[in-house]
Amino acid sequence: MELICPAGTPSAFREAVDAGADAVYCGFRDETNARNFPGLNFTREELGTSIAYGKARGVQTYVALNTFMRAGSEALWYGAADDAVRLGADALIVADLALMAYIAQHHPQQRLHVSVQASASNADAINFLVQTFGAKRLVLPRVLTVADIAALAPKVACELEVFAFGGLCVMAEGRCSLSSYATGLSPNMQGVCSPASHVRYREDGAEMVSELGGYTINRFAAEEPAGYPTLCKGRFHIADDDGYAFEDPVSLDVMDHVDALRDAGVTALKIEGRQRGKAYVAEVVSRLRQALAATPEQRPALLDHLRLLSEGQRTTAGAYEKKWR
Amino acid sequence: MEKFNLLGAWMILPKAISHPINHMPLPLLQQGTRLVFDQMLRQHPNLFDRLGSHANKSFRFTPTDLDLSFLVVPAQRRITVSRKSAQMAADASTGGPLLTLLALLEGQIDGDAMFFARSLSIAGDMEAVLALRNALDDSGFDLPRDLGQAAGPFAHLVTRMAEAVRRRALVGLV
Amino acid sequence: MDATKLKITLGPVPYLWDGAAWRDFYFRIADCAWIDAVTLGEVVCSKRIHFIQPFIDSVTARLAEAGKEVTLASMAMVTLEREALLTRRLVQASAWPVEANDLSALGLLAGKPHLVGPFVNVYNGATARILAARGATRICLGPELPLSSVAEIIRDAPAMDFEVFAFGRLPLAVSARCAHARAKGHSKDNCQFVCQDDPDGLAVDTLDGQSFLTLNGVQTMSHTCQVLLAELPVLRRAGVTHIRLSPQHCDMADVAEVFADVRDGRIDTAEGETRLRSIYPGVPFSNGFHHGTVGADWVPPAPVAQQVPA
Repeated sequence: MELICPAGTPSAFREAVDAGADAVYCGFRDETNARNFPGLNFTREELGTSIAYGKARGVQTYVALNTFMRAGSEALWYGAADDAVRLGADALIVADLALMAYIAQHHPQQRLHVSVQASASNADAINFLVQTFGAKRLVLPRVLTVADIAALAPKVACELEVFAFGGLCVMAEGRCSLSSYATGLSPNMQGVCSPASHVRYREDGAEMVSELGGYTINRFAAEEPAGYPTLCKGRFHIADDDGYAFEDPVSLDVMDHVDALRDAGVTALKIEGRQRGKAYVAEVVSRLRQALAATPEQRPALLDHLRLLSEGQRTTAGAYEKKWR
Repeated sequence: MEKFNLLGAWMILPKAISHPINHMPLPLLQQGTRLVFDQMLRQHPNLFDRLGSHANKSFRFTPTDLDLSFLVVPAQRRITVSRKSAQMAADASTGGPLLTLLALLEGQIDGDAMFFARSLSIAGDMEAVLALRNALDDSGFDLPRDLGQAAGPFAHLVTRMAEAVRRRALVGLV
Repeated sequence: MDATKLKITLGPVPYLWDGAAWRDFYFRIADCAWIDAVTLGEVVCSKRIHFIQPFIDSVTARLAEAGKEVTLASMAMVTLEREALLTRRLVQASAWPVEANDLSALGLLAGKPHLVGPFVNVYNGATARILAARGATRICLGPELPLSSVAEIIRDAPAMDFEVFAFGRLPLAVSARCAHARAKGHSKDNCQFVCQDDPDGLAVDTLDGQSFLTLNGVQTMSHTCQVLLAELPVLRRAGVTHIRLSPQHCDMADVAEVFADVRDGRIDTAEGETRLRSIYPGVPFSNGFHHGTVGADWVPPAPVAQQVPA
């Protein structure tokens, strides 16, 4: 299985390549991708240089254009697609149906991958995208169990990529407006979830309080491991109880299921984390690369300390295991 | 030694080191810090590209294991050193052990992981914090090499000494 | 101004209600003259379908008899084989037009006249035109879209009808995990249909006591109720043809009457708003998404002098 690795900067890109990525995915410095964070991402020039760095080492580059085109500003997305093709991207990762159609029409030779943000979670949906837009690969939403994926794979006419490690969306991707409900900015439209511009941390006695758009997302006791201030991993009050309504601060790790995923016919494993530092990228990519080559017995020792780099310093297999539901 | 030290850099400075630093006269600290700071900005102009308009903001760094605060305004190429008690106002502030802050400066560690582990505290303008973090992570700061280049004819010697210090500091932490 | 009026539609009941109560709700809707079209069916969770299944035929027949345009909605998230089969059967066998709420239904409906629901991502006119070419006649746009996008989409795809979410708690997210069951100590697979205990959803407050969200099974909704009442004229001018009222646990026939009265100029928006607050008390209103800002926000209507009838 291929290892698809994140890069938010050219430095992280080189680390991912050097650490053993089969492909690196990245995005431009604007709202055409879902990690539109301050100081992150690539200029056209940086992308060109990075693609060349990868190509020289046999590593592919995928360009994420995985937000939805803002009505009236479609040219920004079309232009980004044109530029990514011109710069030699090996695949474009796309969520918007009209952007898929544009690429299929104007760049028919370009490999099209369907983003997780498109939320295609079943065979009929996937085959619709394959037949209509010529998609070659689909990134599955994090709503399916390993058994679901195994049942699905033989019914679809494209490669499947799944998230293996890193951030965990609790909600079906591409169908979540929690962020914009609290801040006015959303993954689908602005390419941000729980944007930094609306995050505030404050001390309240010994507790650290995280707020998003004025809403309290969590209160952490001193020394308690923390997470991102995303709504779906916040602590809330329901009925008479305080607790994590949707999910704890935790990251995804499905490396326990990697053999089952391979047997299911999954082509590629994706590491989330374009917003993470290059040190994280280097560490996670090299550990996962080693783990893929290792026996199941050897894997826990290789992966154990990655937990400490994760949200809340914990990991979960999430929806890949039925009991999570 | 591994290239990155993701988890090691949260060691707190021993008193034997922090005590003399805390007792150095401020003007001397200010002068030394400014020299290093100027040199590093000169060598890494791409920092400003990623920082964008956030370069005009003020960033305060407070090492938890020193009685000092550093206030930086990148666009003005200004760094001010003060005692913690001065409580310099800033748009954004970051606190943590000195070695953690230096490792972040060099992109040796992942800031998010440090935050999850509560080894790093952040406050104020989060966009500015994020922009600076990402700018630093990409800019390839390397304290021993950058200091060495500032040392002119003594470059090689300074780099080697600084590398040895860093190696000892980080190895002790892993 | 165009003489055609905004049509009033009723979206599917998002919550799990007792089957007989669900039927009686729609029988009352059938008698409500203000509602032009009704889209119904279980959209949120396939485990709930058996609650309404026995009543669907009588409800659709009664609504059609009363002159309502009837549409059956497909599910918002299809993951299990059982759900895929249900979707296929709906597309193949439905006696009524189908509203696609997921890409599978959308794919299967190609070539047949159909509607597109708010759970299919349509953020631009180019996407709307692709859907129109495949047989879509009306799109209910997702509630996240600001007016600027709504207007631009309609300008770009003028041959279709467009519906906008004008009343109800906002559907914000859907998950494989059931937070509602989890809040009551159950897993999704053994949920014991606890969401039925909360016919208007289960409140999620912040640790500092702020009202925030509402759980509805695997769906997360807003705590606020979206109300686009003062916005009706501007929606009409933008080319919106239908406004959707999403059922809450209140008298939706009265809600529809308020919207019709404001639309037709019989009452002003201030009075309409006051009446809505008494029909659906205790829930704050929001319209921030429409105004391109924080979804939970309430942007007060412009001064009365600037208002014109829809």
